[in-house]
Amino acid sequence: MDIRIANVRKEFDRFAALHGVSLDIRSGELIALLGPSGSGKTTLLRLIAGLEQPTEGAVYFGDEDASRLDVQERNVGFVFQSYALFKHMTVADNIGFGLTVRPRATRPPAAAIRKRASDLLDLVQLAGLEKRFPSQLSGGQRQRVALARALAIEPRVLLLDEPFGALDAKVRRELRHWLRALHEQTGHTTVFVTHDQEEALELADRVVVMSQGRIEQVGTPDEIYDRPVSSFVFSFIGEACELPVTVSQGQVSFDGSPIDIRAVDIVDGPARLLMRPSGVEVVTARPGGIAGDIVSIRRSGGWRRVELDVGVGRHRIEVELPVDAAAELAGRLHFLPRHWQVFPGA
Amino acid sequence: MTVADSWTWKRPSVIPGFGITFGFSMAYLSLIVLIPLGALIVRSASLGWDEYWRLALDPRTLAALRTSFGASLIAAAINAVFGLILAWVLVRYRFAGKSVIDAMIDLPFALPTAVAGIALSALYAPTGWFGALVEPLGITIAYTPAGIVVALVFVGLPFVVRTVQPVLADLDRELEEAAATLGARRLQTIFRVILPPLVPAILTGFALALARAIGEYGSVIFIAGNLPYVSEIAPLLIVIRLEEFNYAAATAVASMMLAISFTMLLLINLIQAWSRRRFGHAV
Amino acid sequence: MPSERRRVELPTSESAAVRMLLIAIAVLFFGLFLVLPLVLVFAEALRGGAAGFVKAIVDPEAQAAIHLTLLIAAISVPANMIFGIAAAWAIAKHDFKGKSFVITLIDLPFSVSPVVAGLVYVLLFGAQGYFGSWLSAHGIEIIFAVPGIVLATIFVTFPFVARELIPLMQEQGTGDEEAALSLGASGFKTFWYVTLPNVKWALLYGVLLCNARAMGEFGAVAVVSGKIRGLTNTMPLHVEILYNEYAFTAAFAVASLLALLALFTLAVKALLEWRYGDQIAAGSGRH
Repeated sequence: MDIRIANVRKEFDRFAALHGVSLDIRSGELIALLGPSGSGKTTLLRLIAGLEQPTEGAVYFGDEDASRLDVQERNVGFVFQSYALFKHMTVADNIGFGLTVRPRATRPPAAAIRKRASDLLDLVQLAGLEKRFPSQLSGGQRQRVALARALAIEPRVLLLDEPFGALDAKVRRELRHWLRALHEQTGHTTVFVTHDQEEALELADRVVVMSQGRIEQVGTPDEIYDRPVSSFVFSFIGEACELPVTVSQGQVSFDGSPIDIRAVDIVDGPARLLMRPSGVEVVTARPGGIAGDIVSIRRSGGWRRVELDVGVGRHRIEVELPVDAAAELAGRLHFLPRHWQVFPGA
Repeated sequence: MTVADSWTWKRPSVIPGFGITFGFSMAYLSLIVLIPLGALIVRSASLGWDEYWRLALDPRTLAALRTSFGASLIAAAINAVFGLILAWVLVRYRFAGKSVIDAMIDLPFALPTAVAGIALSALYAPTGWFGALVEPLGITIAYTPAGIVVALVFVGLPFVVRTVQPVLADLDRELEEAAATLGARRLQTIFRVILPPLVPAILTGFALALARAIGEYGSVIFIAGNLPYVSEIAPLLIVIRLEEFNYAAATAVASMMLAISFTMLLLINLIQAWSRRRFGHAV
Repeated sequence: MPSERRRVELPTSESAAVRMLLIAIAVLFFGLFLVLPLVLVFAEALRGGAAGFVKAIVDPEAQAAIHLTLLIAAISVPANMIFGIAAAWAIAKHDFKGKSFVITLIDLPFSVSPVVAGLVYVLLFGAQGYFGSWLSAHGIEIIFAVPGIVLATIFVTFPFVARELIPLMQEQGTGDEEAALSLGASGFKTFWYVTLPNVKWALLYGVLLCNARAMGEFGAVAVVSGKIRGLTNTMPLHVEILYNEYAFTAAFAVASLLALLALFTLAVKALLEWRYGDQIAAGSGRH
């Protein structure tokens, strides 16, 4: 099911949570809505589900204007961050709920509902837990029951709000792989919300980066990571450090001296150089490199993290160097960014 | 397991004063509550088996108990329904005067029962503000069993509201949204998703209102009519027997009422235990 | 075309019509059972004008009833307050087996009929009671006298203070007290400077409810008082006598004083909940 979000604006009591957002989601895609809290990602997800109504704009499911449909009629599978399992119902009753509440004419017989619940429990690898109550399950199990419940109604689209938010790191990783495999098996159009860029990049076909009620960038994980379109995306998607530079006809200068970086398509004037701490190369002292005074060196896993004061303005940045490369460092370090981007403006 | 965990009755603590406060509390509890209630039980036992049952099964006693219990059940049921609606409205909706209503719900706890009694009696009497309204319809409330129900609805009104309110307020809105995304209509969501977790609270409120109503005296006697076999409640019968200096009969009725109290208390504790097991919290 | 769009209801609310209906039912029920009786009390009290009202209040028997009621409350409320604090300290700040059973015992008076509460004292101290002959031989009067009324009032108001303090003090744990003790404070100083400030609003709340009930108790007091005018007649009993003598205006005048006390109690309670809601434990409102 293709989903098209057209110029959707959403206000809560005059506060605009979304400013004219447009997005096309292709059938069968696994899409991540990524952003910090308050970026509007959950609001967008709830608008797709019909849990909120847009102030302006529309949501289309295929060619149908879903804004005309109640949430009940949209047939979406929504997995809540807190799972929202019905505590007074068994696992099987939870999964069968969406079928049980159908009008008599379209409701499957009770035995068929039970069978469907069991099949779905098999699918989410929880066979045999039909009779349990939610309080008797672990967090990861609850999350999978919630997913099975959403799948039971054969949804046109599967929506997940921070699906791994409440789980510990190890279970998170396991469920992530499992969800990817499940998506490939079932082929549902899936949208999930996360604030964890690692999760988004690893899991999604395409990532939608959001900030302050707007979409910053839409792209594959590679596009997002390698070619971020804004300094916000660059720094949100991974660790970043920043230096103020000036651009003149493509030549980037720091503290008035040109460095070995060319930024085409950037208007002349002040600009910001963003680089990944892990994407720097140590060079010998030479014109075109950047130099900084070493403030501290700390071991961090397989790397050494070196804190530097750079330039006249003594900008404090941090770079990551291989353990052996950093071993004999002292005093002053010269480096060149390898993974970087220049954005216009001060 | 450390040594400190092997305590038998009281966990050792650095906080002083347990001996004196516990001793004083238990002594006070015994003197004021336990020994006097014990005297009632001893007194009933000393009546002898046959005499006790003769007094307890006296038709007027049975009629009074039936009136008390029946009217209390009806009143508690009315309170369960309207208490739920009141709690729902107070938690879910915004409207003018809501905070005043919320504060005034506890009026029956604070208003002396005698005051409630004469006010309700005057209000629902055939000449009263409300009684006069329904009189032409052939409905008489005061001085009939219906009057007893009215008074008991009054005294039991806060219980269901106050037990349901916090549970409803804590109920996760996402449960309702989940039900909606799964296709449930609003009415289905209310009956299948919202009400079941409220059942322990409703039952607890119902049982508390019932327990209170069965023992209620002051607000009822003014409005009841107090006709033996018709509108005479059990606590009134105790007072009448006492005024006749018939202590044995008064004791017999009182001991049966005490037994009902204990049963209600047990029932409430069972509801709490069940709620804790199923929903993870007491009410 | 947004204007053509069907008005879609939020999934977690009812339609406006249902909302209005439910609010109407709630308000009607509330008005019929709570507001009307209250309004009626004041309307009837003032039926004879201000003069009639004052006359009913300054009547010597009414004055005696007011004094007796104040005396009863002045004895029974502090007694139950001291018990409530002691019981809460022992129960909430210490761990022992059978704790929930003890709490149930403390709650017991809530579920005992006030009439039964009065009766048990008659069985103990009345003329035919267990201690009756010994008491009359020594010239001590309990039943049909003030001590009996005090005892019965203490019985029915027994749990109020303890009930407010125990859940709150349990919730607060023992960390603060342990810190104070480790800093060298004595047990009593720890209570006075650490525990008491943490629970003062809940304590006030419990005392208020206890007081309202103590001044208004009817059933238990009716059984033990003998209703001797000017001597053992409390305000609620005086209301009954006046009402039964068809002195309605006077009855409602005295009743209106008790109703004012109830309204005052509710107002302070609402104020405390609004201002210090977090310092008053949940689970109140079972009385």
